[in-house]
Amino acid sequence: MAHPLLSVPGKAKRGEIVEIKALIQHEMETGFRVTNDGKTIPRDIITEFLCKYNDEEVFRAQLFPAMSANPFLSFFTTATESGTIVFEWSGDNGFFATASASISVE
Amino acid sequence: MPQKHSPRDHPGPTRRQVLNQGLTFVGSSLALWIQPARATPEAMRAAMRNVTGEATVGKGKVKIELPALVESGNAVPLSVSVASAMTATDYVKSIHVFNERNPQPNVLGVRLGPRAGRASFNTRIRLADSQTVVAIAELSDGSFWSESVDVIVTLPACLETL
Repeated sequence: MAHPLLSVPGKAKRGEIVEIKALIQHEMETGFRVTNDGKTIPRDIITEFLCKYNDEEVFRAQLFPAMSANPFLSFFTTATESGTIVFEWSGDNGFFATASASISVE
Repeated sequence: MPQKHSPRDHPGPTRRQVLNQGLTFVGSSLALWIQPARATPEAMRAAMRNVTGEATVGKGKVKIELPALVESGNAVPLSVSVASAMTATDYVKSIHVFNERNPQPNVLGVRLGPRAGRASFNTRIRLADSQTVVAIAELSDGSFWSESVDVIVTLPACLETL
């Protein structure tokens, strides 16, 4: 459960705008689906996604049940210095997952 | 001489009664069918007001891309970008995406800053029906800009039974 998949360029030029992609395995159960015997399946989604570049927040997303299963986000950031990019996902039922990637900037 | 039957000779319901019953049945089953809770354009507007407050929302600057015809509403590629210089003084603060006819009007809201370099993101969303999807961007000067796109969904997501 919850395998994050990242795409972060390993190397970049200083000031270059780089694309970052992050996907995590998660059902994203909407809370609107009903089983055959009429029971509503309780909501279980990721509600918050956060990306930090050397401890500075660069991108944050609030997610709702309208996000697809295995939520995927791609976005941009400016490569300022070498370091670590950390990703955090948190959600219902105490869900928390984290992943990181390093980037070297010349 | 053959006996003449008056229309009310036989017992049981008249044709009119039968037809009326049929209509009532069709009517009530239609009402049941329409019942599932859906966000409405009004709910979407309320959700948008939660973000924009009383500010006026300009048309433009935002580009929202969805396929015009979607086969499965379970994972629809969405891409939103905003025309902005993304400098320390002129940048996009946040982008919110809303829909008209899913069970809830919100899809996602992202926060970014001047460091993003480019105000743009891609994701995959669920769509429960053919509808209008709206993106609203808040700029660093406090102004709001929006754009909408219509999408046709042939196999909806969200409400299926298991």
